Amino acid sequence: MSILLGLLLGTLRTATPLLFAGLGGMFSERAGVVNIALEGILLVGAFSAAAAAIATGSLAAALLAAMLGGLLLAALHALVTLRFGVDQIVSGVALNMLAMGATEFLMWLLYGSGANSPRIALAAPGGERGLGQLLVELPPLTWLALAAVPACGWLLFATRFGLRLRAAGEHPEAVASLGLSVLRLRLAAVLLSGALPGLGGAFLSLGAGYFVKNMSAGRGYIALAALIFGRWRPGGLLAACLLFGFAESLQGQLQLPWLPLRFVQMLPYLLTMVALAGAIGRSRPPAALGRPFRRD
Amino acid sequence: MRRERTVTRVALARALAALGGSLWPPLAALAFALAVSAGIVAAIGESPAAVLPLLFRQGLGSLDGFARVLFDATPLVLTGLSVAWAFRGGLFNIGAEGQLYVGAFCAAGLALALPGLPRWLALPAAVLAAALGGALWGAIPGWLRARFGVHEVINTIMLNFIAVGLTGYLVQRYLKEPGQMIPHTPRIAASYHLHPFAESAAGRALGLSPANPLGPSLLIALAAALAVWALLRWSVAGYRLRAVGQGPEAARQAGIPVGRVTWQAMAMSGALAGLVGVHDVLLYRHRFLDNFSSGLGFLGIAVALMGRNHPLGILLAALLFGFFSTGALEIDIFTEVPRELVVVLQALIILAVVSIGELAARARRRRRRAS
Repeated sequence: MSILLGLLLGTLRTATPLLFAGLGGMFSERAGVVNIALEGILLVGAFSAAAAAIATGSLAAALLAAMLGGLLLAALHALVTLRFGVDQIVSGVALNMLAMGATEFLMWLLYGSGANSPRIALAAPGGERGLGQLLVELPPLTWLALAAVPACGWLLFATRFGLRLRAAGEHPEAVASLGLSVLRLRLAAVLLSGALPGLGGAFLSLGAGYFVKNMSAGRGYIALAALIFGRWRPGGLLAACLLFGFAESLQGQLQLPWLPLRFVQMLPYLLTMVALAGAIGRSRPPAALGRPFRRD
Repeated sequence: MRRERTVTRVALARALAALGGSLWPPLAALAFALAVSAGIVAAIGESPAAVLPLLFRQGLGSLDGFARVLFDATPLVLTGLSVAWAFRGGLFNIGAEGQLYVGAFCAAGLALALPGLPRWLALPAAVLAAALGGALWGAIPGWLRARFGVHEVINTIMLNFIAVGLTGYLVQRYLKEPGQMIPHTPRIAASYHLHPFAESAAGRALGLSPANPLGPSLLIALAAALAVWALLRWSVAGYRLRAVGQGPEAARQAGIPVGRVTWQAMAMSGALAGLVGVHDVLLYRHRFLDNFSSGLGFLGIAVALMGRNHPLGILLAALLFGFFSTGALEIDIFTEVPRELVVVLQALIILAVVSIGELAARARRRRRRAS
């Protein structure tokens, strides 16, 4: 029983940062902007949350800082891709590098070590594990991530803003011909794809108790994989994040000798390639994904 | 006579304009990135005038220092060429990082499997193994693109992680030297070693320190640059590659087998990245180390962008980034500024290069329309 509970908790915990990052990526990609800077955004979010928590000791300040940090990097992505018309992948690669360098640089500056920050002194709930403890054991951010799935789905599929946002990713010319600004819609989407993953980053550093260099460790890319795997839909994304989270926590909880951890960590990437090649039904990205929009 | 001179002058002016047109965006980007870095250095209370010259001090100070810069530039030439080759074919290879892991692993694996090979056979075989390993890893996304129409960007990213995971797993499970914390293979046999120039009489005469690691992998990188230049300019394969890069539909109409060109381009791109294995395994480490590359493949993207996908530009850009990585140590040792500043600087250079390049292109379009 306790193993099953551990698995469930582990799955949800591992899936939390993936969910935040994937939901952010969903807005951006649905609006037609590839955002592989999700990796860097997670990292910056993790760092900002840790720095704010160490400085103020307040959870609210940490979460706010994480969203702002992610927002800042996403705003750079928007500036470079939307305003200057730079290739979205190139910008993402550069921003990931920038996030890596800048967080290590700032760690040196603030804490005198490039490896990890001092402990974050925020009270974390502990206690016995039991079925009733499930509610207590799960961090609030996990609940928030789970709640964000239908909320983001509603925003994207049931509101006028969402409809226009999706149209900007499918047929930007049509949106422009209605007198709406494609660039402004895409800007909003990219900014959302900074703030939400910022929270995912906060989950990483606050959950671990300190910030470690490069602690996003490819989760931004896995979130992107989950997005593709879930066919750019909230429900699919949730399922993919839970699947990836389950595989990793299975290994973490049970230490299966026939299932090396490095294989488990490769699994999301491998599955994505299979999914993209069409082996698991057709997965169709938004039509204008990655295509810069120019009014001239 | 007079007319002729005017023609020459016009041609000269055009050539200069073309050269200037391709040179000023990277230089402006470099200036921008250095200026921002100077601002950062000043903001943390250090003197930019004291810190930034350190980037170039060792490299320009002595032949030994310059040789270190060349050593650091060598893998960047190869990954830069790799990214550029794919890019000329309209393909975006973000997978150089994974391809160089597979290349290095294949070179080390061959050396460990056949330790008794005579030197004249061992070295070329290991070089070939590195290139073939990288080529295989590059061909996979190329084939998936040609066969299923899957964009190569996501697949190359995914294959980076798979390459690191797979080689790490194989080393840990089958090839690990016992009793070591960080998984790496045992040393490869001496017949597979490339020797640093410092070990030769000429190197000693030039005053290279015994620890200077620069070696023949530099010559391989230079030969690769020359080969890429010649292939792009003179060969049918290069022509087809450029044709597909400029317009796959037009190329298809012209009878070029776009699918085959695509996977072959990615294989060639991977082979170039795989040659980093020669540099790292045969010359430098003499073993495969798990997780050894700290982003050489990603820096290759920066080098290719900065060098505008031209072999000569790539050599210059790799040299510049070589200065940075050698200089990072200097900054670390001699100042309070952490060396991570250099990573920030490199990222800023990429952003500035692409932004300035796009803005310049936009201005050109506007001017053309106006005239």
